[in-house]
Amino acid sequence: MRDLVKWGVVAVVATGVCSSAGTASAAEPIKIGAFLSATGPASFLGEPEKKTLEMYVEKVNKAGGVLGRKIELVVYDDGGAGDKASTFTKRLIESDKVDLLIGGSTTGTTMAAVPLVERAQLPFISLAGGVNIVEPVKKWVFKTPHTDRMAAEKVFADMKKKGFTKVALISEDAGFGKSGHDQSLMVVKNYGIEIVADEVYSPKDPDVTAQLTKIKNSPGVQAVFNFGFGQGPAIVTKNFKQLGMGVPLFQSHGVASKDYIKLAGDATDGVRLPAAGLVVPEQLAATDPQKPVVSAFKKEYETAFKSDVSTFAGHAYDGLQIALAAIARAGSVDKEKVRDEIEKTSGYVGTGGMVSMTPTDHMGLSLSAFHMVEIRKGEWVLSD
Amino acid sequence: MFAAFLQYLFSGLTSGAIYALAGLGFAIIYNASHVINFAQGEFIMIGGMASATLVAAGVPMPLAITLAMIISMAVGVALEKFAIEPARNADVVTIIIITIGASIFMRGAAQIIWDKEFHSLPAFSGEIPIAVLGATLMPQSLWVFGVAAVVIVALWWFFNRTMFGKAMLATSHNRLAAQLVGVGVKKVLLASFALSALLGAVGGIVVTPITFTNYEAGIMLGLKGFSAAVLGGLGNGGGAIVGGLIVGIAEALASGYLSSAYKDAIAFVIILFVLFFMPNGLFGKRGTDRV
Repeated sequence: MRDLVKWGVVAVVATGVCSSAGTASAAEPIKIGAFLSATGPASFLGEPEKKTLEMYVEKVNKAGGVLGRKIELVVYDDGGAGDKASTFTKRLIESDKVDLLIGGSTTGTTMAAVPLVERAQLPFISLAGGVNIVEPVKKWVFKTPHTDRMAAEKVFADMKKKGFTKVALISEDAGFGKSGHDQSLMVVKNYGIEIVADEVYSPKDPDVTAQLTKIKNSPGVQAVFNFGFGQGPAIVTKNFKQLGMGVPLFQSHGVASKDYIKLAGDATDGVRLPAAGLVVPEQLAATDPQKPVVSAFKKEYETAFKSDVSTFAGHAYDGLQIALAAIARAGSVDKEKVRDEIEKTSGYVGTGGMVSMTPTDHMGLSLSAFHMVEIRKGEWVLSD
Repeated sequence: MFAAFLQYLFSGLTSGAIYALAGLGFAIIYNASHVINFAQGEFIMIGGMASATLVAAGVPMPLAITLAMIISMAVGVALEKFAIEPARNADVVTIIIITIGASIFMRGAAQIIWDKEFHSLPAFSGEIPIAVLGATLMPQSLWVFGVAAVVIVALWWFFNRTMFGKAMLATSHNRLAAQLVGVGVKKVLLASFALSALLGAVGGIVVTPITFTNYEAGIMLGLKGFSAAVLGGLGNGGGAIVGGLIVGIAEALASGYLSSAYKDAIAFVIILFVLFFMPNGLFGKRGTDRV
């Protein structure tokens, strides 16, 4: 597969328009390395990311590349395993000698690569959500997706607006859900909201009515917030309807894909969640700077791959665009210069929102990057 | 208070029946060959994935279910023919390891043949919860209970009342003796894999509307099913059912009355405790080995 990608890129380079500058060094491609979880449990993240990177690198090359040089993309599949991510990062740094690194579909694989990247002093843009990737700030590490803390903040702000003060939390007892749960507990007090019930479930539990019954019997619960992804939230949603909980259900950005609605069916009616503008491009205000970007990306992705675009594909798109823009501004692939330029990214409008990085903020997204979305009759409805 | 208890019980029975159905498949192959088939979970996955994708492609549900069962049986037969039979003179442990390899292979193949997404089937009798004394139960849970009950009766009849079933039991007790009295030992092993694949598929099909399925759904169901089978006593169909229900109900009551964070631990503590005092499981045959 890797060779295929390589040869594909080589073919593109060969058939592409040669740069008019035509110097020897200009013909040498810019090498971007990526390690993604294209298979394994996190493949729903890695697969669209990989497809997006390949599609846009090809597109950029057709248009003449960056700085008159072609882009060569080297992608490895880490299968979601941290040790493989670390091995591939080593290979990308030492034998492929890439100029810039994109990847880490999950927080785990990203963190496995961080020490190597810091030591090699290579600009690195992660596609994973965990807040600990950029907090504390690491000199060479950046990220594009929203953090789980932002999702929690957005949900609690929405609950506050609706006047809820006592809510129940039910979260997945692993990875994404666990981190979201911890971040939720950390920020909830800022919104004057009290967590009156705190339940967990395992990622593959077939039934969570026991946990929900316990929440139902906790006095004063005004709303329920579920943090998780995969089939868990769909089962929570179905069981929620089965028990007739009688309070609103909030989900995290982890379910912002059509698959969730497909799985849980009409039980999703009325569920609210924070999501990127990419989910509802046609409903964004005409003045929203994100509107043209997300509409174009959604259309290009969906015509190319005949499948629904996901926010994860958007993270890869943003990462690549930020990287290429930084290289263009730096005027070379000098690692130090490119790193500085990534850090100076300002006002870039991507699929995830407006990105303005600073030396203390290597993500650059604000809470306004999220929109509250409500599901009505199986469709996303913008509901800020 | 009672309504809450009843709801916990329903929750546990639903999960428990799913584990029990998964556990039954382990029992059959163990009976015929003393092999623990770690690819059993993958038969469940194949049943669920095949039926879900066929229904999504517009095939009528009864036909999709039948086809899914046939596909799963074919895979079971192929597994026996191409992986187990060539190694028939190997140790039981070797064959168990082969089944682990086969399970990894099947998960990989499922990723390529189907995809990595979750799939669901429509519930067989609608999605309107049944209210019982303040608690609710989904009609699909009743399907799971019903199918588990039918399967256990059918298996009892097969092993005790049919010639082929008896031949299977005979082979498990003494392979050589069975061969000497004219039992086609090869055929028995082939049939046991076909049967357990069929059973796995049936389980996968009835639980998919509740749990959904994807290419690695078999891992969890296989693990829980194995726990159920071990708890009930390997090779005992009824034991697998009781074992599954105990694990499911223990998990639900633990998350209801203690903490949902410890529910898995509590289920495993019960299993360890039982195996400590009854190493052959609740209904297992007490084994005596002559040296």
